[in-house]
Amino acid sequence: MPDMILLGTRKGTVIFDRTNSTWRPRPILHAGIPVCYAACDPRDGTLWSCLDHGHWGPKLSRSRDGGGTWEEVLSLKYPEGARYIVQYLPAPDFDPAAPVGQPEYKSATVFKIWHLAFGNAEQTGRLYAGTIPGGLFVSDDGGESWELNRALWNHESRGGDLFAGDATSENHWGGTPASIDYGVFEPGIHSIVLDPQDSNRLHVAVSSAGVLESADGGLSWIGRNRGLLMDYMPNPAAEWGHDPHFMANCAGQPNHFWQQNHCGVFFSDDGAQNWKKVSAPDAGVHFGFPIGVDAQDGRTAWVVPARKDSERMAIGGGLYVARTTDGGQSWQSFRKGLPQNDAYDIVLRHGLDVAGDYVCFGSTTGNVYLSEDRGESWHCLGNHFPPIYSVRFG
Amino acid sequence: MPTVKMTGHLYRYFPTLENRVITVPAGSVADVLRAVNEIAPGFTDYLLDDCGALRRHVNLCVNETIVFDRKTLADHVPVEGTLFIFQSLSGG
Repeated sequence: MPDMILLGTRKGTVIFDRTNSTWRPRPILHAGIPVCYAACDPRDGTLWSCLDHGHWGPKLSRSRDGGGTWEEVLSLKYPEGARYIVQYLPAPDFDPAAPVGQPEYKSATVFKIWHLAFGNAEQTGRLYAGTIPGGLFVSDDGGESWELNRALWNHESRGGDLFAGDATSENHWGGTPASIDYGVFEPGIHSIVLDPQDSNRLHVAVSSAGVLESADGGLSWIGRNRGLLMDYMPNPAAEWGHDPHFMANCAGQPNHFWQQNHCGVFFSDDGAQNWKKVSAPDAGVHFGFPIGVDAQDGRTAWVVPARKDSERMAIGGGLYVARTTDGGQSWQSFRKGLPQNDAYDIVLRHGLDVAGDYVCFGSTTGNVYLSEDRGESWHCLGNHFPPIYSVRFG
Repeated sequence: MPTVKMTGHLYRYFPTLENRVITVPAGSVADVLRAVNEIAPGFTDYLLDDCGALRRHVNLCVNETIVFDRKTLADHVPVEGTLFIFQSLSGG
């Protein structure tokens, strides 16, 4: 039974504590600072918040006393020579007939620390951080120092080793709309998924490129996008260009992967080697951002459906959660305790979490809902929080 | 020695800089910022990106002149000058 819920919000970190069956929020922490992700390291209870200062750049903040005091951790930085191929959103004066120019390179800087993942139990001090513009950082000392994973940064799908010189292959990583806030259009890693049974195996999901796997602790990477479909491109089954919104796996069955993608819900039971679209548009299960997976049963997952793509809010003004227990062959919708009129919530990619029978989500409208019966009924923990970016049990 | 004045917003993160007159040796804007970083370690991470360029939503002025060289920060801050550090009226 979880004792804590952490929210990353537009105006700080919110921590709920459970006393018996009552959940109460503490006064907001990091007040006024956008927190795009907050989570608890299950190995030692350290709390982490990814600060997304509007003016002062991204920072990591850490608490080793349950949230009583916080300290800033050394900023992770791209090493000198880290470059990427610049991309631009099409401008009104774009001339499709103009000759294709040479790639334009730019030195990398961290715009956003979008996701944190904590190493397996035997990996003391191991942390992973996913960033915009698409670099994966690794720490082996609890966040005191960070190193860019160069094998992923230099992947052939991104143009190859740009430390060494100009591109040797075509860049297939597209920008994420989440980067536009920073005045760029660059990719971002928002999902870092570990295998609790094999510390050398990890997957990342990239907006907008797709999924990559490493089976050797990050020394090499391979694309894992077979079966994904994107309906916004001429070739929906192309290897690259996919837009997973969030990806997760089952701790007890780590080959069972799920992703809520821009173009549907996808499931894999072979370690992301083959994906299958399991959307149920008639049930509203198709578009959304977060997805939660049961820790024991890899065929059970939860989503918060939304209307794609022009609305991006609850379908028909009624908020509900859908759950499958059979790998997406069927979905059940649960509405008890959730508003069914005039609800315009959208739940972002990190805004849903599952811990045993507990499921919690928070929306950009500042509403937080908790279920203690695996999503079948809900009660509200509050309606007036800042826009919520992440929800994680502690 | 030039003086450095800054938005009070930064005192939240660097309280050692509050309620004091900050004077550092004359030099380029980059030199001056590095000197402040000696007083308050981590200070430049708030103003400069990974490449050492001024962050998008930060503005600097030497006396009353806005610093336009945001990449190399080579503008000179004279002995009697003041470097002002502002948060832009953007972002946030």
